[in-house]
Amino acid sequence: MDWNFIIFSAVKIAVVIAVVQGMVAYAVLAERKISAWIQDRVGPNRTAPPFVKDIPIVGPALIRLGVFQPLADGLKFILKEDFTPAGVRKMYFWLAPAIAVIPSILVIAVIPFGSQLGHQQMVIADLNIGILYTFGIVSLGVYGIILAGYAANSKYPLLGGIRSSAQMISYEISMGMSVIPVLLIASSLNLSQIIAYQGGTLLGFLPNWLVFKAPLSFFIFLVASFAETNRMPFDFPEAEQELVGGYHTEYSSMKFALFFLGEYSNMIAAAAMMVTLFFGGWTLPFWGLDHPAATLGQGVAHILIFVMKMLLFMVLFIWVRWIFPRFRYDQLMDLGWRRFVPLALANILVTAIILWMKS
Amino acid sequence: MIVNRKPLTFWEKLYLPAIVGGFKVTARHLFRSLFKGKTITMEYPEQKWAVPPDYRGAPYLVRDQDGNTKCVSCQLCEFVCPPRAIKIIPLGPTGRLADRPNAEKIPKKFKINMLRCIFCGFCQEVCPEEAIFLLKDYSLTGQSRKEMIYNKEKLLALGGTVGGVQKWKQKLAEAGKQEDFPVKV
Repeated sequence: MDWNFIIFSAVKIAVVIAVVQGMVAYAVLAERKISAWIQDRVGPNRTAPPFVKDIPIVGPALIRLGVFQPLADGLKFILKEDFTPAGVRKMYFWLAPAIAVIPSILVIAVIPFGSQLGHQQMVIADLNIGILYTFGIVSLGVYGIILAGYAANSKYPLLGGIRSSAQMISYEISMGMSVIPVLLIASSLNLSQIIAYQGGTLLGFLPNWLVFKAPLSFFIFLVASFAETNRMPFDFPEAEQELVGGYHTEYSSMKFALFFLGEYSNMIAAAAMMVTLFFGGWTLPFWGLDHPAATLGQGVAHILIFVMKMLLFMVLFIWVRWIFPRFRYDQLMDLGWRRFVPLALANILVTAIILWMKS
Repeated sequence: MIVNRKPLTFWEKLYLPAIVGGFKVTARHLFRSLFKGKTITMEYPEQKWAVPPDYRGAPYLVRDQDGNTKCVSCQLCEFVCPPRAIKIIPLGPTGRLADRPNAEKIPKKFKINMLRCIFCGFCQEVCPEEAIFLLKDYSLTGQSRKEMIYNKEKLLALGGTVGGVQKWKQKLAEAGKQEDFPVKV
């Protein structure tokens, strides 16, 4: 048994999970702040732990930015009563939040969030079938939502669950098919190798990112990932205005928080996937940053580049929420099945023909 | 009424112009509130709204320009008060006289229960002495119900001075003239 591998993997898992949880907490804050600014409001600006106010300049600025709000939110979730309504199906009611969270965290295992730090590759599991694994795990996410809807034994959660299962299954198809041209071009299913393929430049000035080689794929993947993560133009499972909160109507306290965690971890995973597949992962086309790091500093720089790219996508996720109204259910299905599926198929065909003619 | 909806062009059907428009509008608002601080939120305890001049706030007792209690304990306000928030106990036959000349009565106790008060302004309207006014206070807080029953001293302190016609001074002058009735030559 290779103890070195086990210890380093355990450390990587612990760090990645901790960072992702922190990012979830601050993604919620970012969501609240950005939505407030877009709507000409101020947003959370009151939470102040003792003595922070006394730090000159920095303290009040941090309080005004609401930096401590996630701490208060977390504390609130822990202290709230964990209420189980009398009519629920207990086992599924307890199981659903866990099933909603686990896949979104598992997905992150295969994402290369950096090149190398010392001799360690900055990916938890460097699978040769990384993309297949991702799609397999992501499609489990729907069970958490549909189980929550079913377990609550009440009409609105059930409607939310039914809607979401239909939506997620439909969009998984176009999402999966949108990635195939990427795989054809990079000719690998391994995410690290896909990133390695994206080093260098295209035509001398553009970075050699797959978004420039397969823009349609990226577009379909982007829209489908909005649907998969239940974000705004497609947030049917929640749909506060219609469904009183949707599948998590009957949940409270930490169980509710777990659904939240799952949703935002999904967003992070989707952002990471988009960065990996289409935006060159941890590479930048200049300063020699598109090769695996030789020094420790470069390794850290690669991780930071990856995180920055991911954060830009998170901001996009949050921003888009305040632009679009929610689609109608039939429009959603129409867009998924009658527009994106044929488009993705045509995309595969065209890419395959071009690659065949080149070879 | 029939609204004619013109069919969308291909360009519009792509949703792209609408998406770009949405990004522009939201970006404008975001930058305006983030960098210029132009938000519509009033951050309450620090910022307060301008109370309009004819605002009906909490009813308080007032003193006249000479610092005398105006109220003569006629109990009209107690009678007219719809939620019965006002409770007045007059001096009674043996009580101390008023703190100003030419006034027979003054309230011994004057209480307003601010939890009951509906800020209707009937007390101000009915008062013959202009002794009670609805001033501009709108956020009354306390830690107990007892604390929210304001007594005479508190009401007078909060009310301050509102001057006006001092009827009794005129009466005093007239009475003084009557003292001198047989005109001294």
